[in-house]
Amino acid sequence: MSNHGHATYKTPLFDRVFKPEKITLANGHTVDRPRSRMPLILGILLIALYISAKTTGFDFGIILRRGGQLFVILARIFHPNFGFIDKVIPPLIATIKMSIVGTVVGCLIALPFAIFASSNINKSKPVLAIVRIVVSVVRSLPVIVYAYLFVFIFGMGPFAGTLAIGVFTFGIVTKMLYENIETIDMGPYEAMQSFGATTLQSFWSACVPQILPQYLDNCLYCFELNVRQSSILGYVGAGGLGILINERISLRAYEDAGMIFLMIFLVVWMIDLMNDYIRSKIK
Amino acid sequence: MAEYTANENILEKLASEPKNLWKRLLIFAVILGLIIWGNSGSNFQGLTEKGLNVARAILYGITHPETMLLFDLSTKGIPYLVLETISIAFLSTFIGACLAIPISFLSSSNIVPKPVAYLFRAITLMIRTIPALIWALIWIRVTGPGAFCGVVTQSICSIGMISKMNISAIENLDTGVLEALDACGANTFEKIRCGVIPQLSATFVSTAIYRFDINLKDATVLGIVGAGGIGFPLNDAIANARWNRVGAFLIVLILLVIIIEWISTQIRARLAHGAR
Repeated sequence: MSNHGHATYKTPLFDRVFKPEKITLANGHTVDRPRSRMPLILGILLIALYISAKTTGFDFGIILRRGGQLFVILARIFHPNFGFIDKVIPPLIATIKMSIVGTVVGCLIALPFAIFASSNINKSKPVLAIVRIVVSVVRSLPVIVYAYLFVFIFGMGPFAGTLAIGVFTFGIVTKMLYENIETIDMGPYEAMQSFGATTLQSFWSACVPQILPQYLDNCLYCFELNVRQSSILGYVGAGGLGILINERISLRAYEDAGMIFLMIFLVVWMIDLMNDYIRSKIK
Repeated sequence: MAEYTANENILEKLASEPKNLWKRLLIFAVILGLIIWGNSGSNFQGLTEKGLNVARAILYGITHPETMLLFDLSTKGIPYLVLETISIAFLSTFIGACLAIPISFLSSSNIVPKPVAYLFRAITLMIRTIPALIWALIWIRVTGPGAFCGVVTQSICSIGMISKMNISAIENLDTGVLEALDACGANTFEKIRCGVIPQLSATFVSTAIYRFDINLKDATVLGIVGAGGIGFPLNDAIANARWNRVGAFLIVLILLVIIIEWISTQIRARLAHGAR
């Protein structure tokens, strides 16, 4: 059937180039059946795959020839050297400390920025745009790049790592939080404004209770992510487990590395359990 | 002013609210204690003169990027490195997404027996526990440094997260559609074609595109250990304190990530809500 009824409907470019097939029904009506987009998508996909394989020097032969090596290494990682545990504990605790401080600081700084970045609270377009651009720029760099730069500025050690985690956490928590604030029910807020509460008062009493559970949830999620991430920050000298991991893998002491991974796994698992418990309390 | 006597029941309501002042103070004290304990190992001695100079040099470098690098079309120039980074992310997402499909079906408890599902879930959990950087360090031993190592590493890492998302889509599969198709007399192939694929394809593609986003960011991290992409020269430039180069790399990196993220959000929104 034709589209005369829908003045706003614009035929997609694809259907203008490849005209839809007309099917005549038994009762004389004709129905448009748009051509399948599959050949076009497949074609683009194949070309993109070919270009990527060329630029990255993809060679399946290497995996076939040397893939066994991976299983040799993995087998050694899965036989952890339990005697190594007393060397793992101190940097592991340093890693957890880095993540705790970084997460708390990042989450706290995120709160005011998220309020400024939500379009339903902040009515000033330029401020909104600036805050959002800052947040997306902060978010686009990986945490290890921050750690590397901070190592140059503040010297080697956990402080650079903590700061890097804080900046990273700030970036993602702000984004998650302002997306959250934008979906809340503004009725209570407007009601409070109407009987003379200030913006801060009405935000505190009407919006905070609505966003708090989700905000805490995001913070906990970030904490878990940070523990996992901060274990690699030592690779650039920013404290924690990374130095040890790097050293053990360079020395090909995969059994020791296996012990480190086992400990990280246990800690992340425990944090996961704790987070589930806290979440169940919040709800 | 309004008379407050009329609001007695409001005041009553307020008084009957649970008093959790102590509980709140306790939570606050716990968090404060955690911060103090966490800070005890920190080595902050204030900004040294040297550190301040480096900070100034970095800011200067970022605001004065080396423009030569931006238009250098050789394999050392930024355009080629960007292409390489995107290629690594694209190829590894494709391979990872393809490998994740059978694995996610094998980990769904409504498709296979429970023990099999738990076994495959344990494998994907293991993949996710080892950080990507460590996978790269392991794979370098197999493939040698270079972009290929990045592709293999990220393919493996992608499997973990993609199958986790896919499993929940498979487990929420609406079986009513399959029963209806059964009632129409459809055979197994037709049931998969018309009952299963339409329900899952949008989620699968959406997850893959989301993962492409993540892989692009990670591809820069992996460069630091020598697995190709824009991270490797970035790492080199930071190590040699060539801040103008660092500035050029960082600006391109930020733009690249923001643009790809925007495109991916648009495509995923279309997949979720249909074309507008």
